[in-house]
Amino acid sequence: MTESKSIRVWKYVPMIFLILGLITIIFPLYMTIIIAFKQPSEMTNSISGILSLPQSWSLNNFREAMEVTDFWHSLGNSLLISGITIILSLALHSLMGYSLGRNKASSKFYNFVYLFIVSGMFVPFAILMMPIAKQTAEMHLANWFGVVLLYVVFYMPMNVLLYSGYLVNIPMALEEAAKVDGASTWTTYWKIIFPIMKPMHATVAVITALSVWNDVMTPLIVMAGSSQNTLPLAQLNFQSQFGTNYNLAFASYLLALLPILIFYIVCQKQILNGVVNGAVK
Amino acid sequence: MKNDRKMTFLLITIPILALFVCFNTIPLIRGVVYSFTNFRGFGTYDWVGLRNYIDLFSDARVGKSYWFTFKLAVVSTIVTNVISLVLALALNSKIRAKSFFRGAYFLPNVLGALVVGYIFNYFFTYILPALTGTSSILSNPGTAWIGVVVVCAWQAIAMNTIIYISGLQTVPEDVYEAGGLDGATGWKQFRYLTFPLIIPFFSINMVLCVKNFLMVFDQIMALTKGGPAQSTESISYLIYNNGMAGGQFGFQSANAVVFFVVIVVLSVAQMKFSGSKEEQL
Repeated sequence: MTESKSIRVWKYVPMIFLILGLITIIFPLYMTIIIAFKQPSEMTNSISGILSLPQSWSLNNFREAMEVTDFWHSLGNSLLISGITIILSLALHSLMGYSLGRNKASSKFYNFVYLFIVSGMFVPFAILMMPIAKQTAEMHLANWFGVVLLYVVFYMPMNVLLYSGYLVNIPMALEEAAKVDGASTWTTYWKIIFPIMKPMHATVAVITALSVWNDVMTPLIVMAGSSQNTLPLAQLNFQSQFGTNYNLAFASYLLALLPILIFYIVCQKQILNGVVNGAVK
Repeated sequence: MKNDRKMTFLLITIPILALFVCFNTIPLIRGVVYSFTNFRGFGTYDWVGLRNYIDLFSDARVGKSYWFTFKLAVVSTIVTNVISLVLALALNSKIRAKSFFRGAYFLPNVLGALVVGYIFNYFFTYILPALTGTSSILSNPGTAWIGVVVVCAWQAIAMNTIIYISGLQTVPEDVYEAGGLDGATGWKQFRYLTFPLIIPFFSINMVLCVKNFLMVFDQIMALTKGGPAQSTESISYLIYNNGMAGGQFGFQSANAVVFFVVIVVLSVAQMKFSGSKEEQL
């Protein structure tokens, strides 16, 4: 009798633990929202003063934060950089994964290129950062397009690994059948192989999107002199202008988090699948 | 027909490889070259041979940054993996609202590290001291690193948990049933059944954690900017700060080369180690 009782109690332990754990995730977000809506005069020194609900849900802080951080421009840059990086990654990395995946077993050259590119995963950004700042300036690429090119290169090792790994499951017979019908390798790729790799495209798109959207270092190094910002970079560059007006700062943080929050809530399932696929494969 | 295939593969591979070489290999080589000079980032420079490397090993600030970065990586890796495993076990048990909890616990991972850092900065500076009546942990050289650990772990736990869950899902139910007959329940079940079966996922998480924590940058930028008293200067932050703006382009290039070697050695060792572990199963 007592044993079954203790088992029944144990059943609730994970649930209670999970609910308590959830507080550590919800609290920082709650704090952000509350402070973003408040006025500096409402920010008393006591905890209850900081964490109580705002007197009114006015959007003034957000309006001001948008002006101070040039929000729409930064958002536009972030969308442009992420969008083009994803398109180029899907096209170029899948082509490279196909080319290397199909040939690395039979050709020493392709096998070398494959290992050469995949080993790029070990190169930390820290060693590339200074030469790249110089190089992009020399090549007149100290702008959003330079950032895109760098992302295409930085995520190539991981994505080529994923694509060529996925290719193992796609039988050669499919390509040979198309060849018999007279299709060239190039057409066969776009008509047959590229569509078949759709699950991998989803994975690559998700992990590339998350990394690019939140990256600070690359735009910081490359676009430093261009007076252009991405969404996270704007937070860094305008930090001093917030001064001690934390309400304004938090309104800006919330605005910076909002796009990815919405994206996550809408595509949660795809994002979780993509991230797990990318890590486990 | 055969030629078409060969040509197509070459035409795919060569331009993409050229792009990779241009923005990965060449900057890497330039970084190594600069490490043998006294380049300040502008103007003329001279060859100094191994001077930078010799100075590196006697430079207290560099030594301190390595100590901090490794301390952060080790502690964060342990904290992250322990909490993630417990969370994954709870999230994989028979609970209600499972998908809600999984979605919520992954949320920190999609948020940008810089903005998360700013939010926690406020939390550590104003909220926590008011709650505990002590001074901010970020203002004390002895405790500031703990703040960085908390923020790093807060985000990394989300990712690791998801990977552990996908690992736990690969363990078939009848393993537990068979184990249960032999008296393997609770901790014993975890130690002798569950954990050995999810070792590959444990390896993935270890590699991910160590690599990401060693390269920590955004969190430092948002939380401490390397302070107080340079107690939280990570290697990447030091290279960025002194190399890009501090006139130590050549010297920090040498630092970056050493850091690169350290990363490669650690990654190879980790892969060897986890490879041998998996074979034992």
